[in-house]
Amino acid sequence: MHADAFDRYYHAESPLHRLDPRVKVFLTVAFILSNALLSDGVWAAFGLAWLLILFANRFSGLGVEFSFKRSFIALPFALAAVSAIFIPAGQPLAEWTIGPIQLVPTDFGLMRFASILLRSWLSVQAGILLVAVTQFPDMIHAFEHLRVPAILTTIIAFLYRYLFVLTDEVMRLLRARESRSAALPGLKSGGSLFWRARVAGNMAGQLFLRSYERSDRIYNAMLARGYQGQMRTLRSHTMTRRDWLILSLGLFALIFLQLLARL
Amino acid sequence: MLFSPAPLHIPDGFLSLIISLFFWVITVVAVGMAISKTNKTLGEKQVPLMGIMAAFIFAAQMLNFPVAGGTSGHFLGGTLAAIVLGPWAAILVVTAVVGLQGLLFQDGGLLVMGANIFNMGILTALIGFGLYRSVINANKTTRLIVAGLGAWLATMAAALLASLQLWLSGTSQLQVVIPAMLGVHALIGIGEALVTVAALAFIMQARPDLLDAKAVVEKGGRGWIYGGVLISILTVLLSPFASGDPDGLERVAETMGFLDRGLSASYQILPDYTVPFLGETALSTIVAGMVGALVLLGILVLIGGLLKRRAS
Repeated sequence: MHADAFDRYYHAESPLHRLDPRVKVFLTVAFILSNALLSDGVWAAFGLAWLLILFANRFSGLGVEFSFKRSFIALPFALAAVSAIFIPAGQPLAEWTIGPIQLVPTDFGLMRFASILLRSWLSVQAGILLVAVTQFPDMIHAFEHLRVPAILTTIIAFLYRYLFVLTDEVMRLLRARESRSAALPGLKSGGSLFWRARVAGNMAGQLFLRSYERSDRIYNAMLARGYQGQMRTLRSHTMTRRDWLILSLGLFALIFLQLLARL
Repeated sequence: MLFSPAPLHIPDGFLSLIISLFFWVITVVAVGMAISKTNKTLGEKQVPLMGIMAAFIFAAQMLNFPVAGGTSGHFLGGTLAAIVLGPWAAILVVTAVVGLQGLLFQDGGLLVMGANIFNMGILTALIGFGLYRSVINANKTTRLIVAGLGAWLATMAAALLASLQLWLSGTSQLQVVIPAMLGVHALIGIGEALVTVAALAFIMQARPDLLDAKAVVEKGGRGWIYGGVLISILTVLLSPFASGDPDGLERVAETMGFLDRGLSASYQILPDYTVPFLGETALSTIVAGMVGALVLLGILVLIGGLLKRRAS
């Protein structure tokens, strides 16, 4: 069973791990919102936001550089913003002629590009830290407390729970395909692209029906155990004085950051 | 690593606050309607069904098939879900998938999740289900062809709308982002269409009861046909227009006042992007776009290869 393939939780005994999941979710969303509210080129505020991330890392017990090391996941998407460098506004910095295309990077464009990347990089780190210090069921529970419809959170909880089961199912399908795709040395196995796509399609159809029928069985099993349309949890999650204190400190820091950006 | 980030999941920071909130509002309304609709038809059974189906979409993305030169296509599954489960259920399923991808893997941001759910869930449900519903009484071959067309168009529509969102946020220049995104997704969409058709053909054979005309009609009214056909026509008309004549699109946006709202004040209207020996023609922007698309594709393949090597 690939029970650990998707888990992003890192266990440690730390103040951040003990914090109520609602506070963590709320502060993460507030932090991302605050990044979106920063205008381009307010480097001091971006720097302060980064300090906040480092600070949170420090109290996670996972090491100061924890979220930094994993923060390059959104980097491929930076390509989408590259064209912002050549926005024709402000002072041109250089003129590059690559073959038939003339590119003129401008200081305004460069500032915008850097700001977009910084915003995204800071937000991604907040998300990485959130899932590293919060167990997934606790996080889902927090969203429920924050008024996300229970149906949606329960579906996501189910998705998370059965992801591992269906991953094993896919692995079995892939192994079956592998074992039936023998080839003589020097010859390629398999047919044309269409044939290969059809095999993948049959596997997808097969997986679909297995999942569909499994959901029937699961529902019957749930009914047999007395399911009445609600998931129950043993963890009650009550806000302590410490949780409230950290929530207000965090919000205060974000407000200060916004004020700094508007000076 | 068992999955790779798809280029349609926009991360936080790439869309302006106004665009993000705008699409959150639409998405919240649509998801709210989907919840009440599936509540009526499925009752409490919807939780296990939707949850497992969302896990199916997630797991199915691992079903890759070799295409050429070491690259492989993989399956997104939105259209298949929309046709077999119905549009409302599909919206919920994709919402759960995008939600988990954003929360757990930072594959797509939180603030921009509304836009991501709209692009990948609501548009796919409209086009995928709407087109299929319109030929529900035709023979099997026609239905399969339309399903494949729907899968391809849904991918293109999502790419087109994501490009427009990036442009209106002042993140990308229209002349670059539209041809690049549409170029890459035209290829991704073909793989998606092939697998969707094969999977549907398989389900028609194994469980025809899931896909007979009566079962499909029950899942969504005629409104889906009009919506799906309208969005499809818009996508077909807008894609060549936007990649061939981005200035025209800019003028439209300007007269409608979109640009001022979407962009910061110091952001000016973009001038022309020319390839000198081709002149200022639609051809030159398309050529520039194709070059961009190839570069982007190359970099994505490279990154994918690196990720794979690190995992093994």
